[in-house]
Amino acid sequence: MRPFAYDRPTTIADAVASGAQPETAFLGGGTNLLDLMKGNISRPARLVDVTRLPGLSTIEWLQDGGVRIGALVRNSDLAHDPRFANRFPSVAEALLSGASAQLRNAATAAGNVLQRTRCQYFYDAASVCNKRDPGTGCGAIGGLTRLHAVLGWSEHCIATHPSDFCVPLVALDAVVEIEGRAGRRDVPLEALHRLPGNTPERETVLEPGDVITAIRLPAEAAAYAGNARYLKVRERTSYAFAVVSAGAALRLDQGTIVSARLALGGVALKPWRARAAEDLLAGALPGATVFRDAAALALAEARPCGDNGFKIELARRIIVRALTLAAAGTPDRVPALPASPFALAPTQEVSAHV
Amino acid sequence: MSFDIALTINGLHRVVAIDDPRITLLDLLRERLDLTGTKKGCDRGQCGACTVLVDDRRVNSCLALAVSLDGAVVTTIEGVAHGDTLHPVQAAFIENDGLQCGFCTPGQIMSAIGLIREGLAGDDPERIREGMSGNLCRCGAYAGITEAILEAQARMQLEHKGEAA
Amino acid sequence: MSDITMPNVAAIERSRHGSSIGQPVTRREGHLKVTGQAGYAADYNPPGLLHAVMAVSGISRGRVTHLDVAAAEAHPGVVKVMTPANAPKLAKSPDDKDHGFMFRMNVLQNDSVRFANQPIAVVIAETLEAATEGVALLRPRYAEEPARIGLDGSAAFALQAVGAGAPAKGGIGDIEAGLAEAATRFEATYETPAQYHNPLEPHATVAEWDGDKLVLHTPSQGLTMAQGRIAGLFGIDPANILIKSPFLGGGFGAKGLFSGPQVLGIMAARFVGRPVKLVLRREQMFGPVGHRGETRQTLRLGADSTGGLTALEHNTLTTTSFYDDFFEPAGTTSRHLYASPAIATSHEGVRADIGTPIFMRAPGEAPGSAALECAIDELAVKAGMDPLDFRLRNYAEIEPITGKPFSSKALRQCYAQGAARFGWASRPRAPRQMRDDDGLLVGWGVGTATFPAMIFPSEARAVLRVDGSARVEIGAQDMGQGAWTSLAQIAADGLGVDYDKLDLEIGSSALPTGGIAGGSAGTATAGSAIHHAAADVIKKLAALATSDERSPLFGAGNSGVVPRDGRLVRQDDESRGESYASILARAGLAEIDGKGSAGPNPSMQESYAMHSHGAVFAEVKVDPDFGQIRVTRLVGAFAAGRIINPRMVRSQYYGGMIWGVGFALHEHAAADPRSGRLMNANLAEYHVPVNADVPLIEAILVEEHDPHVNVLGLKGVGEIGITGTVGAIANAVWHATGVRARAFPITLDTLLERPGDI
Ligand SMILES: Cc1cc2nc3c(=O)[nH]c(=O)nc-3n(C[C@H](O)[C@H](O)[C@H](O)COP(=O)(O)OP(=O)(O)OC[C@H]3O[C@@H](n4cnc5c(N)ncnc54)[C@H](O)[C@@H]3O)c2cc1C
Ligand code: SF4
Ligand code: FES
Ligand code: FES
Repeated sequence: MRPFAYDRPTTIADAVASGAQPETAFLGGGTNLLDLMKGNISRPARLVDVTRLPGLSTIEWLQDGGVRIGALVRNSDLAHDPRFANRFPSVAEALLSGASAQLRNAATAAGNVLQRTRCQYFYDAASVCNKRDPGTGCGAIGGLTRLHAVLGWSEHCIATHPSDFCVPLVALDAVVEIEGRAGRRDVPLEALHRLPGNTPERETVLEPGDVITAIRLPAEAAAYAGNARYLKVRERTSYAFAVVSAGAALRLDQGTIVSARLALGGVALKPWRARAAEDLLAGALPGATVFRDAAALALAEARPCGDNGFKIELARRIIVRALTLAAAGTPDRVPALPASPFALAPTQEVSAHV
Repeated sequence: MSFDIALTINGLHRVVAIDDPRITLLDLLRERLDLTGTKKGCDRGQCGACTVLVDDRRVNSCLALAVSLDGAVVTTIEGVAHGDTLHPVQAAFIENDGLQCGFCTPGQIMSAIGLIREGLAGDDPERIREGMSGNLCRCGAYAGITEAILEAQARMQLEHKGEAA
Repeated sequence: MSDITMPNVAAIERSRHGSSIGQPVTRREGHLKVTGQAGYAADYNPPGLLHAVMAVSGISRGRVTHLDVAAAEAHPGVVKVMTPANAPKLAKSPDDKDHGFMFRMNVLQNDSVRFANQPIAVVIAETLEAATEGVALLRPRYAEEPARIGLDGSAAFALQAVGAGAPAKGGIGDIEAGLAEAATRFEATYETPAQYHNPLEPHATVAEWDGDKLVLHTPSQGLTMAQGRIAGLFGIDPANILIKSPFLGGGFGAKGLFSGPQVLGIMAARFVGRPVKLVLRREQMFGPVGHRGETRQTLRLGADSTGGLTALEHNTLTTTSFYDDFFEPAGTTSRHLYASPAIATSHEGVRADIGTPIFMRAPGEAPGSAALECAIDELAVKAGMDPLDFRLRNYAEIEPITGKPFSSKALRQCYAQGAARFGWASRPRAPRQMRDDDGLLVGWGVGTATFPAMIFPSEARAVLRVDGSARVEIGAQDMGQGAWTSLAQIAADGLGVDYDKLDLEIGSSALPTGGIAGGSAGTATAGSAIHHAAADVIKKLAALATSDERSPLFGAGNSGVVPRDGRLVRQDDESRGESYASILARAGLAEIDGKGSAGPNPSMQESYAMHSHGAVFAEVKVDPDFGQIRVTRLVGAFAAGRIINPRMVRSQYYGGMIWGVGFALHEHAAADPRSGRLMNANLAEYHVPVNADVPLIEAILVEEHDPHVNVLGLKGVGEIGITGTVGAIANAVWHATGVRARAFPITLDTLLERPGDI
């Protein structure tokens, strides 16, 4: 790890000023940044520890029914906050399906949203990577691409964004509050992460010095509470990133879908909002056919970037299931295995019924 | 650049001079404070062997910078027994053979203590398994670990009731 | 001498008298482990310690042309950088092997690169942080040559021997004739990937030189072998090397042969003239310390109209490195497991630019039985039989190729007890018949488990003291299997003393050679030597007593007395006896010691086939749309001769079975086909099972008496668990889904090819 200067500002203004200096990174829970620093993927000369900034560690309920999640609220605290989990169950479920209990205890809301891709070539300092070292080429293309993107990728970068948290957040129109050199601004989460295009090294719309201070969910998002699920397919039962995931939320009125919210994870370099599918669902009666149509629409533009074509079919199926589960209603409590297809605990007896 | 940070480690208040901000809590414990009970299995948040409690919450000490922990209360495996009396979780790990090589064990036990303190898994083995999935055990002692936690938790609840009565 | 003597700290809640063997006592070192006091190699911090970190190669083949040593040495805290240009020359080439149980190694004797993650330099610094950054500053440049990777990366070649020296070919009868007469034939190819041991404790060395004397803390599954290897490389007397390895944080084979990085730690200490600690980073565990070689196994089988095998052919292609020879003996399982008039097994090798593979938990048997158990299952289905009935129909009453009787074989009981516990009888024959309440597909599968019973040469020393206490010393190793406990139980019984009056000392090269903790032979190996050492003590004691008129045992004859609870008693009348204390006291002795040794018994090996056996039943659930798999229930029933400690044995079975889960569903090292670099060389992506992957697991300890296998009548338990489990899971996946996955691990995309419910 490269030696770095350590700064622990106590005001947001100082954090912005300090963070705007060259080769500087903000330190939240550190679970992603330190990992990258240990791998020599990030080599900042200066760390600005934001964890002591005042006022960013609370979950604040807004007058209009929305919620303002302080940037420093730890993933576990947010997921286990009863009121939050009640209003935004799919967000809680997504959080609890990510990483491990230890990591969730450390990880901050802002850090989670800004965690960087897990592309194996990005993580391997001996491989070329346009994101890590602009212009060197993409090491993944032509290599092991099983878990890479099927939507929104470019010939410069085919990586995915790994966050679970972001998926239901983006579906529910979350807004990111940013404090920067030019003052405060709001950016919809959907617009925070950039698709790779020609500049995969530019991952977000953040400018040097920009501190995320909070993530807001609008009051309307809570209207989906009764029918909101997150579903995550992975390669072991727990402590694994998503192969593909989906957050689905429905507002139902007398059995009809008034409006739908749908996003995919693990398919693109950003949490992928499926707006066309949402539009299709609005006004429909929930059911297999319309869910399948919605899934087809959501993946209409998808194309494999190597040996990952299976993810397209998988994503379609996950959408259908997530919508089905959402339509069936949010469970009272997050299942023992959050977001897992294996929701029921195994028992000694299995009835062999056909 | 050197930072003096205040830490309470296993009940002992101390001021630790951090002469290199790169030092993680794990390396501080192991290489500088001679608290080698906490183990390093991956150094990257992937195995849980380094689990300690910081302010009563279980975290991976390999991904925590020591300098950023000024003022924290840290509990390690060395700090959970009372003299010769083992913590109920420690005793239950032995009784249920929740260990083999023992390398993951300090992390498992600290994680288990954290899990019980969180109080969210109850006596549902499935929630315990999920809650303990951040602690790899390459030897495969999982069944004993889950049993140990169930048993220790029940004992702790009994003791708690006993105290309250 | 090692200063780690295991005192009786473990709260042995059941303080017992009489026979220790068979008792489920808890781990003797448990207290140390649960309090963080058990000292693993990297926990040792002697004064003046420097930290060393290896730089490893980013290419798979070629040469290192440049290292920015100046930049690294300029980094504050860096003391020195050891490279091929300045590294101490070894007394002998690290590529010279005296015997097969040695790694050729890459220890900075030249600038060549033979695999990715090969050590290319070592940075030594005052702090770990400085050494780590020093490595980053080296920025190596290479002359790279194209990497040859995988089973098709170079030409296959014939082999003479595989594994630890087993013949590459073996069989009986005429395969083609057997296939020709078969009513049902089946042929398929199975692939198993490269897997990496990944004990949770990475290899670590703390090396201290004093002139030509070396004290080394490092985990080792074979202390005497390690000592010999170091002595050869550094040109010093083995007696000058003290290795301490009281606790291993797992080994699984990776700590069997002394490895290059461990040598580099020793070299670094010599290079800087100070104690040096070198600990592998997790990604460095993927290359220089061995792995399980990739295999491609083609099986051809035939069965007659009653389901009896007529032919079993098992051909294996397996990878090794370009600079050394180790070949996964995958086909050997087919030589032992099922009766068939025609059996043919063969192995071919292929070289790749990888680190050399080596023994890994159930070498040969794990991948071999994975393929065999799947093929047998497929054939059973083709023949229209229940897979368990089919296995019973082909039960080997004698070892098929050699014709030897088994020293013991309670496999039938394993099948029966396992099946009953699991509820196998209610299994529908056809696939895709069972669903749970959530609509998940449910499948049941079975696999046969087998592992040879081995023993290695070893020696032990036992001492009885006048105060009634005893001490046993042996350079055996505990890597988690429970040696601290089970060896003490064997010793206590052999000496006729209370378990808690016995001090056991293991884990140091200063002790009598304890053989190898591997091959599931650790307890047989060390236990037998201890048994003989104890018998030697008792014999001497008996000689003292029976020749002394003042002893109530006078005249009983040496063989007329037996040890009981700290006394010698007459065999014909146990009420007549004398305490050890009084025998020793009268002889004016403070203590009396004895020695014992053990090793393979050629005449028994000639006469008997010796294997542990078992049957594993697996239930899986599979999401019909996503193909995500979970093993929801595992029941294993194993017969392995005498059980020294059921608590520890059960844990060994669990561990093996969980490795089976990993083999079947998770583990594989993913090499970039272009560079050969492993892209998932970390524990976040090289998946091993987590707690949630193992919801319900049971092991039945099937009773088995083996009068032949060794003096203790015990067979190995450490590896067998993995063997039946892989096949059982794969067969259960088929039963759930109707899809036969023939490449491991079974990933969800394989199952997605079928249309889901959606
Ligand atoms: C083994 C492992 C498994 C994991 N599995 C999953 C998983 O399954 N699902 C999942 O979603 N995630 C997973 N994660 C990732 C984990 O969720 C992230 O590491 C974590 O959320 C990051 O939060 P943090 O506070 O620690 O961020 P940090 O590491 O502190 O920061 C991350 C990034 O955000 C920046 N940053 C932090 N705070 C601010 C701020 N307030 N303003 C501006 N910039 C800021 C930092 O500079 C840095 O670039 C896993 C991680 C590990 C190590
Ligand atoms: S996919 Fe993107 S992150 Fe991965 S190697 Fe290519 S450019 Fe880098
Ligand atoms: S050492 Fe910290 S998680 Fe592995
Ligand atoms: S006991 Fe060995 S890793 Fe868990």
